[in-house]
Amino acid sequence: MSKIELIHIDKYYGTNHVLHDVNLTIEDGDFMTLLGPSGCGKTTTLRVVSGLERPQGGVMLINGKKAIDCDEAFYLEPSKRGLNLVFQSYALWPHMTVFDNVAFGLKIKKMPAEEIRKTVRNALERMRIGEFEKRYPNELSGGQQQRVAIARAIASSPELLLLDEPLSNLDAKLRTDMRAELKRLHKELGTTIIYVTHDQVEALTMSTKIALFENGKLSQVDKPMDLYLNPNNLRNADFIGNPRINFINGKACIKGDMMNVKCSLGEFNYPKEDWTNEDMPAGEFDCVLGVRPEQIKIAEEPADNTITATVYAGQPAGSETLVTVHVGGDELLLKQIGIAEYDIDQEVLLKIKPDRFNVYNKETTRLIKYSRNKKKAKE
Amino acid sequence: MAENKKPFSWKKLKNQFLDIVTNPFNMIVFISLVLLIFLIAVPLIRMLRTTFVLAAGELRRVQKTTPDAQVGDFTLYYWKYLLTGKLAKANFFTPLLHSLTIAFFVTIVAVPLGAGLAWLMVRSDLPGKRWLTLGIMIPYMIPSWCKSMAWLAVFRNNRGGSPGFLQGLGLDIPDWLAYGPIAIILCMVLHYYAFTYIMVSGSLRSINSELEEMGEIQGASKVYILRSITLPLVMPAVLSSAIMTLSKSIGTYGVAANLGLRISYYTLATKMHDFINTGSATVGYCMAILLILMASGTIWANQAFIGTRKSYETIGGKGGHSTMMKLGSARYPIMVFLGIFLIFAMFVPMFILVMETFQIRTGAGYGPDNLTLYNWIGDMKDAPRDMVNYPGIFKNPEFFSSLKNTVVLTIVGSVITAFCGCLLGYITSRGRGKWYGKLVEQLVFIPYLMPAVAFAAIYLAMFSRKIGPIPSLYGTFTIILLATVVKHFPFASRSGTATMMQISTELEEAADIAGASFWKRLGTIVIPLAKGGFLSGFLLVFISIAKELDLIILFMTPSTRTLSYLSFIYSKEVLPQMADAISVVVLIFVLFSYILSNLATGADIGKSWG
Repeated sequence: MSKIELIHIDKYYGTNHVLHDVNLTIEDGDFMTLLGPSGCGKTTTLRVVSGLERPQGGVMLINGKKAIDCDEAFYLEPSKRGLNLVFQSYALWPHMTVFDNVAFGLKIKKMPAEEIRKTVRNALERMRIGEFEKRYPNELSGGQQQRVAIARAIASSPELLLLDEPLSNLDAKLRTDMRAELKRLHKELGTTIIYVTHDQVEALTMSTKIALFENGKLSQVDKPMDLYLNPNNLRNADFIGNPRINFINGKACIKGDMMNVKCSLGEFNYPKEDWTNEDMPAGEFDCVLGVRPEQIKIAEEPADNTITATVYAGQPAGSETLVTVHVGGDELLLKQIGIAEYDIDQEVLLKIKPDRFNVYNKETTRLIKYSRNKKKAKE
Repeated sequence: MAENKKPFSWKKLKNQFLDIVTNPFNMIVFISLVLLIFLIAVPLIRMLRTTFVLAAGELRRVQKTTPDAQVGDFTLYYWKYLLTGKLAKANFFTPLLHSLTIAFFVTIVAVPLGAGLAWLMVRSDLPGKRWLTLGIMIPYMIPSWCKSMAWLAVFRNNRGGSPGFLQGLGLDIPDWLAYGPIAIILCMVLHYYAFTYIMVSGSLRSINSELEEMGEIQGASKVYILRSITLPLVMPAVLSSAIMTLSKSIGTYGVAANLGLRISYYTLATKMHDFINTGSATVGYCMAILLILMASGTIWANQAFIGTRKSYETIGGKGGHSTMMKLGSARYPIMVFLGIFLIFAMFVPMFILVMETFQIRTGAGYGPDNLTLYNWIGDMKDAPRDMVNYPGIFKNPEFFSSLKNTVVLTIVGSVITAFCGCLLGYITSRGRGKWYGKLVEQLVFIPYLMPAVAFAAIYLAMFSRKIGPIPSLYGTFTIILLATVVKHFPFASRSGTATMMQISTELEEAADIAGASFWKRLGTIVIPLAKGGFLSGFLLVFISIAKELDLIILFMTPSTRTLSYLSFIYSKEVLPQMADAISVVVLIFVLFSYILSNLATGADIGKSWG
């Protein structure tokens, strides 16, 4: 149980500035995911927290106590930070058995032999690999090695567990299983977890909070569903969500307490309570609407909110069907639940919910209007 | 903003200082750097300086022109003597020409030979490849000076009174064939072609045969494919091996001395040895510097021109299947021709060499009345000839003291070298991209640039005097050991780096997080995992030291002789049977070590340096 505070962390490799003034607080018991494309600084941040990398600037507090203070060149040793790390490569020692791998840290702590045995068994049982304790790592499958690596990390009962892309070397099915496993582990152990991944599904499904990185900077820290519904700029909106969000160009104009938005889907007015705190330009300005593929339904019959579109291509996939449609020069990708067949160039009716749309200022790329779900969630 | 205005803080300074001093890794790096500079950079600089400082030996000569000259003055006397003196032609320019001639011909014969063989073995459907490959590789295991002994066993003429095999058959072997450039070039070709063979066959293996098949689908003929696809892809490897062969053959001593000195055919290396042993050592050092400049110049050229393009290796597929080029009806004639070539180039000379050890008179046939075991186990009183001054080698105390020296040098030298190699490998692999990693890598590479005999000259110049607390090491076993270890640093540390690169830093980091100290990590993670690499590095260095002649010859005194040197001087004293017997012992020792290392570690002899 640990609260981590990163304050103004700067890190360079030579002249390469890899972390720009990172400020992040990880509350006790959080499952914080550091998310971003490769090379964005998320693994470096994790390694800074672990003590394996030293930043050149900033302060880090663990439970309010200094673990890093660059102004004093003070860096607490990794082993004194009460944490453990699962490496992407697992980093299992190939010349030790599973048991010895897990027992290594306990032996260094000079735990009595009997207690070591109990603790190791306990950790192995928890990861359901008790029967492999005498094997060597290269005699195990990838998924089993993964479990050993996690068992090794939790055996020392760390207050903080760091996971560096632990699932990236597993196949798709094992990955889904391990996600469930990790989520349970987090609940059962109650430890704070920092989890690094470039896979947004992992981030969205497991975390209590996500820190989205971009080019060594933190670009958004939010709860998973808030991040999904209201990415704070166009790039984040594009990164989060699969299939990806649709962007539609439009014109916006602030008229008193209303934001008027015109685009190929129609003309919408949004009240002030949906707006973000961004400065709004005066007069008409370019905007971009963010529309998630599942926010538009194909309607059977014409109604108030329906507009006409032409099917470009349909992609049924069993549980869902993706449909590409054209509306007034814009191309939209829609996601429908269930199986449905659409002919090429068929005309369909789209039922839209304008309140759900995000609106971005095209010039600043910032979010200027929340999706209405957010408001509901808040109230 | 924050980074510009950091206040000065004693606490920060204290923490930074403690951090550096209490980290054992930093201390190891520091000590290694100091030792490397002392053992590699300093000797080179000191030798260079020596050549500009007047020594007592030449004082009177210099005083003839400059009466007030003192010992220790700056002087260009030595360089002038070597390069512009009356004897400059005999002392320098003729040996230089000889060295260049030898290096040039060795390169233009050995490289195409090795490359052609590599193509046949890797890319063609030649029958009997297994045996041919073995036949091609064995010569590489034989020390080059052993080859020159075998050459003498076959081609020696009556000069010196002990005829070789062909002379014994009644053929009159002229001096130009028995000794001198042709003999030297052929012996070195038979040694260095294997070098090209190893590099080019490695490169050929890495080429995905799909690249060639694509050419075939486009309708190219086999010759066209060879010329326009295969050859350009292996060209970097071919050029590289050409330059390595050139730089190595410029500085070779053993072969050139064994086959050249009898008719006073000098190369730079042998002339330099002459100067250091019997003339002005300082002039010899000047020659050593020139030799180093030439040898290292070619290697630098290699790095500058080819180094960057070597990245062709990335083309290599995963090996997978590779289709062979059909030689058609030429397969069997080529195989037979190769077989005969290998038999005559390798096995016949070796056979004659071995047989000579059983002969009473060389070149007098293998009749029962000319056969004896005297050369191996005879006592002095049973000597079958008048001119023999020694008992059989197994009764000769000189042999046993040399054997002991060889074994001790080989074992102690290779243990120390392999250990240092792992340590240096650890530093370079963990310091990748950091200044100290690069510095260690570059320092360690320097001995590679120097011909062995020139390297020995440097050590002689440095350690034959007292330096601070270190006494003069002249004539001691220590100096031989020291030179041997340092000369093998490049090779050992390369193998050590490869070993250490395989041990992912994450394995250490995982232990670090678990709370293991540096020493604990070294003991429980790094050393157990590096064991295999250490062993194969050890065995390869072991073999290389056992073969060594060029490096140690300058250090030899009666009490520090090794087998290779003993064989060399017996050969000089025209005792070919004894000399041969000793080379056979060395040969067996080396071959046995190869087989052992192959069985023990699967180590590839291709990694060993000739």
